Amino acid sequence: MNLTLKIWRQSDANDKGKMVDYKVTEISEHMSFLEMMDVLNEQLVNAGEEPVAFDHDCREGICGMCSMFINGEAHGPDRGVTTCQLHMRMFKDRDTITIEPFRAASFPVIKDLVVDRSAFDRIQHSGGYISVNTSGNTQDANSIPIAKHAADEAMDAATCIGCGACVATCKNSSAMLFVGAKVSQYALLPQGQVEAADRVKNMVAQMDLEGFGNCTNTGACEVECPKGISLDNIARMNRELMKASI
Amino acid sequence: MALDSKVPQGPLKDKWTDYKNHINLVNPANKRHIDVIVVGTGLAGGSASATLAELGYNVKSFAYQDSPRRAHSIAAQGGINAAKNYQGDGDSTYRLFYDTVKGGDYRSREANVYRLAEVSANIIDQCVAQGVPFARDYGGLLDNRSFGGVLVSRTFYAKGQTGQQLLLGAYSAMNRQIARGKIEMFNRHEMLDVVVVDGKARGIIARNLVTGEIERHSAHAVVIASGGYGNVYFLSTNAMGSNVTAGWKVHKKGAYFANPCYTQIHPTCIPRSGDYQSKLTLMSESLRNDGRIWVPKNLEDVTAIREGKLKPTQLTEDQRDYYLERRYPAFGNLVPRDVASRAAKERCDAGYGVNATGEAVYLDFAASFERYGSEQAKIQNISNPSAAKIKELGQEIVRAKYGNLFQMYEKIVDENPYETPMMIYPAVHYTMGGVWVDYNLMTTIPGCYAIGEANFSDHGANRLGASALMQGLADGYFVLPYTIGDYLSDDIRTGKIATDTPEFDAAEKEVTERIEFFVNNKGTHSVDYYHKKLGKIMWDKCGMSRNKAGLEEAVEEISALRKDFWKNVIVPGTATEYNEQLAKAGRVADFLELGELFAKDALVREESAGGHFREEHQTEDGEAKRMKEFQFVSAWEYKGEPKDAVLHKEALVYENIEVKERSYK
Repeated sequence: MNLTLKIWRQSDANDKGKMVDYKVTEISEHMSFLEMMDVLNEQLVNAGEEPVAFDHDCREGICGMCSMFINGEAHGPDRGVTTCQLHMRMFKDRDTITIEPFRAASFPVIKDLVVDRSAFDRIQHSGGYISVNTSGNTQDANSIPIAKHAADEAMDAATCIGCGACVATCKNSSAMLFVGAKVSQYALLPQGQVEAADRVKNMVAQMDLEGFGNCTNTGACEVECPKGISLDNIARMNRELMKASI
Repeated sequence: MALDSKVPQGPLKDKWTDYKNHINLVNPANKRHIDVIVVGTGLAGGSASATLAELGYNVKSFAYQDSPRRAHSIAAQGGINAAKNYQGDGDSTYRLFYDTVKGGDYRSREANVYRLAEVSANIIDQCVAQGVPFARDYGGLLDNRSFGGVLVSRTFYAKGQTGQQLLLGAYSAMNRQIARGKIEMFNRHEMLDVVVVDGKARGIIARNLVTGEIERHSAHAVVIASGGYGNVYFLSTNAMGSNVTAGWKVHKKGAYFANPCYTQIHPTCIPRSGDYQSKLTLMSESLRNDGRIWVPKNLEDVTAIREGKLKPTQLTEDQRDYYLERRYPAFGNLVPRDVASRAAKERCDAGYGVNATGEAVYLDFAASFERYGSEQAKIQNISNPSAAKIKELGQEIVRAKYGNLFQMYEKIVDENPYETPMMIYPAVHYTMGGVWVDYNLMTTIPGCYAIGEANFSDHGANRLGASALMQGLADGYFVLPYTIGDYLSDDIRTGKIATDTPEFDAAEKEVTERIEFFVNNKGTHSVDYYHKKLGKIMWDKCGMSRNKAGLEEAVEEISALRKDFWKNVIVPGTATEYNEQLAKAGRVADFLELGELFAKDALVREESAGGHFREEHQTEDGEAKRMKEFQFVSAWEYKGEPKDAVLHKEALVYENIEVKERSYK
C-alpha cells in the first residue's frame, strides 16, 4: 500500500503546532499501525529529519501507553483495540490518514503525538487504593467469600488500562468513565467498603480540579474504549457519590 | 573478591524465620532520615517502593514510562503460583520449592527458592486485601488452575490479565504513599548511572526524558528493579522500551552479572510475518492444555501448504506428525517450555515449517472441539448430533476458556483459528540470568540491590509458568523490606548524602559525554539498524540451540558491530528535548556489550541446562545433557571489554533435593 499521512507536529508544549504531510510506500497489510509509523520514522532518520514522537511500549494492548487520534477516532477505526493492535488491513491503498494526539485541556501535548496524562495518576493518588499495609499478616485470602458475579464485575471495571481514549473522545473531555471504573472496582468488593464514601468524594473532587469536563451521557467513551468499559460504571459512581453526600 | 551468598545456617525450613529474628532493625523515627532509590515500577519495584514507604523510609521511584502502572509486568497473562493448597491436592511449600528447583534444571540457589515458596501464600492474602479481583468459583472462594506441567493446581489468576491486576494492586499501594509524600515519583526518567561513594551505592544519575535534563539523586541505598534483557534479541515479547541499562550500569560499577546465557524462549508465540516486525506476541501457555501441536509428515505437503495449494485441514490424521506426542508420550503437548521450543525448532530446521518463512508449526484445537462437543451433546441430551453440531458445541466451550486469545490471534494474523489451526513459533520471553545477588538480594556493590527479573536468583536455567509474578512480588513485598533494613541500620547517623561531590561530578560527566557523542556524531546508520543486526546474531547463534563455532563467531561479530556502532550511528535531534532515538541509542549501546558477554557465557558453559542448549552436549535422542562439573553460578566481573570479563563461580549445593535427570518421556 502507498499512503499519505497527515500528522500533527509540535516541537514542545509551547509550540503552536501544525499538520504535516508525509508519504509512505510499500506498506504491508499485515503491519500494525505502529510498525507503519516505525517505517516512516526510519525513513525520516535516514533522511536526516526528526522522527515523529509517539507514546508506545508493550505493543500488545495492555500497558495503555499508546494513544493517537486516527481519522477522527481514538485508537483508529477498529473496535476493541488500542492503536498498537490496529492493523494496516483496516486501510486501503492510496488512503490519506490523519493522525493527531489525544486532545484535552487536561492532557497537554509534550511533543508531536505524546501527551501528558499525569492528571490520571493524580486522581488515583486521591483515593484509588485500599489502605492496607504490607505485613504478611493480613487475613487468609479465602476468609471473605466474594460472590462470583461481584468478583467478575469488579474485574470488568478493573480492566481499564488508563489510556485516556474516553477523555479524548468525549466532547466535554470528561474523565467519568476512567474514574467510574476505579470507583466501581472497589465499590463492588467488600474490601473497598470502609473507605468507599471518602474515596468517591476525593476522586471526583480531584477529577474536577484537573479540569475534566462533565458527563452528558452521549456514550461515545464506551464506544471508543479499547477494553469495553461499560457506562454502568459512571452510573455506579454517581450513585456512590450520592450515597456519600447524604 | 570471593563470592559469599550469605545463606544463613540451619535447616532449610527455619532459615528465613531465624534470619528475620536476628537481623538489625531501624527504629521508626530513624527511618525518616533514610532515603532509598528504586529504579523500575513493575511488580518488584512497585511492591518494594510501596512497602519501604509504608515502613517510613523516604522513597524515590523511577520509571521510563509516563506512569508506574505501565511497567511490563502488566502484560503477564496466565497467573501467579502460591502454595496455598486450597484445592487439597497435596501442595505444600516443599512441593513448590521442589518443582521450581527441578524446573530450573538444578541451577538455582536452594535457600532463595525455599524462601520464595514460603512467602508465596502471603502474596495472595496481601493482594486480596488490596482489592485484586482474582477469579472465584460459585461459592465465592478463590479459583485455581493448573500450569506449566506440574502436578497440582496452585495458579491464581484474573482472567488472562493476572499481571495487569497484580501490578495495579502494587500501583494502588504506591499511590497511597505518593499521596502521603513518602514516595517521590519520577515518571519519564531513565537511570543512566549509579554513583558509588566510599565503596557504597549512594545515588544515581538520571535523565528527564521530557526535558533532557541530567539530574543527580542521592540515597542511602539503590534498588534495581528494571526487569529482564530479552530485547537484546531485538524481537521478543518484552515491551519496546524494556532494556538492560540499569543492570548493566551497576555491573560496570562493580556488580557481578550472573548467568547471562540463561534465556527463556517461549514455545507459543505468534510467528513473525516480515522484516518490519517490531515485537512478538505471546499466546498463553494454557493453550497447550487443549491444543495439539503438529507439522505435516511429508515435505510435499509442506510445500503445497506454503504455496497455498493445500489447507492444513485437508490433511488426514496419518499425514500429520504430532511430534511432541510422538517424542514425549508421558507429557505430550505439556512438556516444559524449553523442551517444547527446541522440538519446534528441530522440525522447522528439518524443513517442516508451515508458513512462508518456514518458522511455524500448527497448534490445532479440532480434537478439543470434538471432545468437548461430544460431552456437551450428552449433557444437553442431544441424540445423534451431527458433526457440525458437535463442533459448534465444542467451540463454545473453547471460546469460554480462551476467547480473548483466539480474538487476539485473529486480529494479528487475520485468520480464524476456530476454522483453521493456529500457527505458532517460539520467541524470546524472559531472562533467568541477571545481576548476581546474595541471600539479602544485595549485589556485589554494598547498598545496591537487585530484585525481580533484574536479578538471577530463583529460576535457575529455566523458569516455570506463573513463577515470575510470584518472584517479583515476593522480593518487593516480603524479602527486600527486611534485608535492606539490616543494611540501613548502619546509616541512621549518616544524614543526607550530598550530591555536590567528586563522585557525582564524575558520574554525571561520563553520562553527559556519552549523550553529547550521540547527538553530535554524524553517522550513517540508525539505532534500529544496529539493534536489528545484533538481534539477528543473537537469534542465529545464541538462540534455542548453540554450538562452539557459532558462539565464537557471535563474540567476534558483536564486538565488530559495537565498534561500527560507535563510529557510524546517527541520532537526530538534540540532547535537551524529548528524544526517543537518543534514549534508544544508550540502551542499544549497552545491549551491544551485554550481547557479547552473553555469547561468552554460553561458550564457557560446556553443558546443556534448561534454556541453554549446547549441541555438543546432548543425549543420543537429542535431549539436554547437564554436566556435574557445571553445577555453579557464573558470576562475571567487569574489566573493560566484555572479552576481558572475569568469571567467578558460586558452587550450588543441594542438601534438600536430589539432583536427577529431567525426563518427560
